[in-house]
Amino acid sequence: MQPGEPAPARVDVTEAAARILRDLRGAHGPLMFHQSGGCCDGSSPMCFPLGEFRTGASDALLAELRIEGIPEPIGFWMSAAQFELWRHTHLTVDVVPGRGSGFSLEAPEGVRFLTRSRLLTDEEDAALNPVRELTDT
Amino acid sequence: MARYAAPGQSEAKMSYQSRYDHWIGGEYVAPHRGQYFENPSPVTGQTFTEIARGTAEDVERALDAAHGAAPAWGRTPVAQRADILNKIADRMQEHLEQLAVAETWENGKPIRETLAADLPLAIDHFRYFAGAIRAQEGSISEVDEDTVAYHFHEPLGVVGQIIPWNFPILMAVWKLAPALAAGNAVVLKPAEQTPASIHYLMSLIADLLPPGVVNIVNGFGVEAGRPLASSARVAKVAFTGETTTGRLIMQYASENLKPVTLELGGKSANVFFDDVSGADDEFFDKALEGFTMFALNQGEVCTCPSRALIQIGHYRRFLDAAIARTEKIVQGHPLDTETMIGAQASNDQLEKILAYLEIGRQEGAKVLTGGHRAELEGELAGGYYVQPTIFQGSNHMRIFQEEIFGPVVSVAPFSDFDEAIKIANDSLYGLGAGVWTRDINTAYRAGRAIQAGRVWTNCYHAYPAHAAFGGYKQSGIGRENHKMMLDHYQQTKNLLVSYSPKKLGFF
Repeated sequence: MQPGEPAPARVDVTEAAARILRDLRGAHGPLMFHQSGGCCDGSSPMCFPLGEFRTGASDALLAELRIEGIPEPIGFWMSAAQFELWRHTHLTVDVVPGRGSGFSLEAPEGVRFLTRSRLLTDEEDAALNPVRELTDT
Repeated sequence: MARYAAPGQSEAKMSYQSRYDHWIGGEYVAPHRGQYFENPSPVTGQTFTEIARGTAEDVERALDAAHGAAPAWGRTPVAQRADILNKIADRMQEHLEQLAVAETWENGKPIRETLAADLPLAIDHFRYFAGAIRAQEGSISEVDEDTVAYHFHEPLGVVGQIIPWNFPILMAVWKLAPALAAGNAVVLKPAEQTPASIHYLMSLIADLLPPGVVNIVNGFGVEAGRPLASSARVAKVAFTGETTTGRLIMQYASENLKPVTLELGGKSANVFFDDVSGADDEFFDKALEGFTMFALNQGEVCTCPSRALIQIGHYRRFLDAAIARTEKIVQGHPLDTETMIGAQASNDQLEKILAYLEIGRQEGAKVLTGGHRAELEGELAGGYYVQPTIFQGSNHMRIFQEEIFGPVVSVAPFSDFDEAIKIANDSLYGLGAGVWTRDINTAYRAGRAIQAGRVWTNCYHAYPAHAAFGGYKQSGIGRENHKMMLDHYQQTKNLLVSYSPKKLGFF
C-alpha cells in the first residue's frame, strides 16, 4: 500500500446489497449488521434497526459501511471470539433470493443477505491485522 | 426403487391446501394485514402453497387464545393429557406415509429419512412424554417433625416456540410434546422456509386437542418471531437456530425476566482412533457409516459430524475407505425410496454452502471428493442440490470452525489422544461429538474430555427421546429430550407447611 491510499476495508457491500440496504434504511431508519454463527442460518449476516441488537464487550466492530444514499455508516459487528477465527478473511455482504430466517430485516422482501469471503491479501493483512504476529502463538 | 407421487398429483398420498392461514384457537384465522407469502418446495424450486404472513396483531390473537386455553389445560389430569398425546402419536402412525411425503416435499430431505427417522421419532416423542408425565412425581422434604416442604410441578402457562427448518415436524414435536405434557399452552412459529408441513400435521390431529392449546402463527422472524419472542405474555421462549438470533431472544427475554432455552448449533468433531481399522469387520463398516453421517439430511443437522479427526496410524486407509463410502451416496429425487441425499432446504442455504466451498479452497483445503453444486435434471433442475464433499485441511480454517449446514465434512489427522481432544475442543461450539474406538477406556476418557453436550460413542446421529440433547459453550442453553425436559416447562411450587400449633415466640 502506498502512502495516501485509503486503508483497505475488511467488509465490502455489493451494489445489489446496497440497493436493499437503501430500501431498508427508508423503511426502518438507521441499520446495523451482526454476523451470526452456529446452525440453521448461522454464518449469515443479520441486519437490524440500529440498537435493536445490543452489542457489548464480547463483540468486535469490523467495519463502518458507507453506502451511497444512506447518511450514516452501518456498523458491521461480530462476536469477538468468532472474529478471531475470521480475521484473516475479507467479507463481502451480498444478497441472494431466499426466505431468510432469524429476525433479519430483509427476509420479508424475498431476499437474504449472504456473507461471501476471500483471504486478505498480504498487503491488506499487514494493514488490518498489524498486531497479529505479536499475539500469534 | 419406488417413487412416491408428489403432493397434488393424482396418486399422491397427500396433498397440501393451496393456502394456509394461521391456526389460532382451534380454527384457521386469516392474517390481520391480509398478506401471504409463497412457499416453494426445495425439490423443484416451485411454489406449492401460500402461507399467512403473520404480524404482531396475529401473535396477540394467538396469545389471547393460548391464555384462554392454558388454565383448563393445566388443570387437566395428567392421565388425560397423556392420553391425548398418545392419541396424537397413534394418529401420526396411521398417517406415517402421508406425513413423510409432506415433510419431504416441504424440506427436500429424502423420503427414506422421513419414513424411517423424522416421523417415527416424532411419534415416539409424544409417547415418551405421555409416559414421562404420568410417572413424574413431586417430592416432600421433612424439615422437622411438624414442618413439611411439598414440591409440586406446575405448568408455566403460555410458552412461545420458534422452530427451525431442518426437521420442521420433528423439531416442532421436540418442543411441543414436553410443553403439552407439562400442561402448557403453546404459540408456535414455524420457520418461514418450512411453514406448511406442521399445518398438515395439525390438520390430522386438531380434533384431539382443546382449541387454543396449540396455536401456529406463520411468518417471518422480524414480523412474527420478534413479537412472540419479546412478548411479556409468554412465560418462556424456546428457540432453535443460530447465535445472533439466540442472543437477541435472550435480550428480549431479559427485558421480561423470562427464561429461554436455546439450541444454536455446533461444529461437531467425529473422532476415529487407530484401532477402528484394526480389523476389516462389521465394526469397521459401522465406523465408515458413522463418518458418512455428515451427509445425513444434506448436512442440515445442528450436530452434523462436520469435522472428522482421524488418527495418523490409519489415516490413509480409513480416509480412502471413507471417500469410497461417500462416493456411494445416492443423490436423486427426494421422493425416491433409494435416494440417500436430497435437496438443501432453500436457495439461500444453497448459496451459503457454495460460498463455503469457495473459502475452503482459498484457505488451502483440498477437495477429496465433491466440491460443487449437483446439477440434476428434469423437474429437479430448479432444486437446491450439493455434492457430498470431503475437505482435507486443518482446524484453524473457517470450514473447520463454522457450521456450513451442508453435506460437507472437513478432515484432519491427529497423532494421539491429547491432540484429538485438543482439536475437538478447539471450537466455539460444543453440541455433539463422536468417538470411535474398540477400547472402552479410550472411549470413556474421550467422551468425558470432549466439551460437548452429547458424545456419541461408537454410533452417531441417534436421537432417542430419553437421551438429553443440548449444548456446551456457544451451542446454547438448556436441554431438549429426556424427562428432564419437563422441568424446562414447569414451575416448582413449594408449600411450606407447619403442622404445629405452637408459635415461634418471636412476637
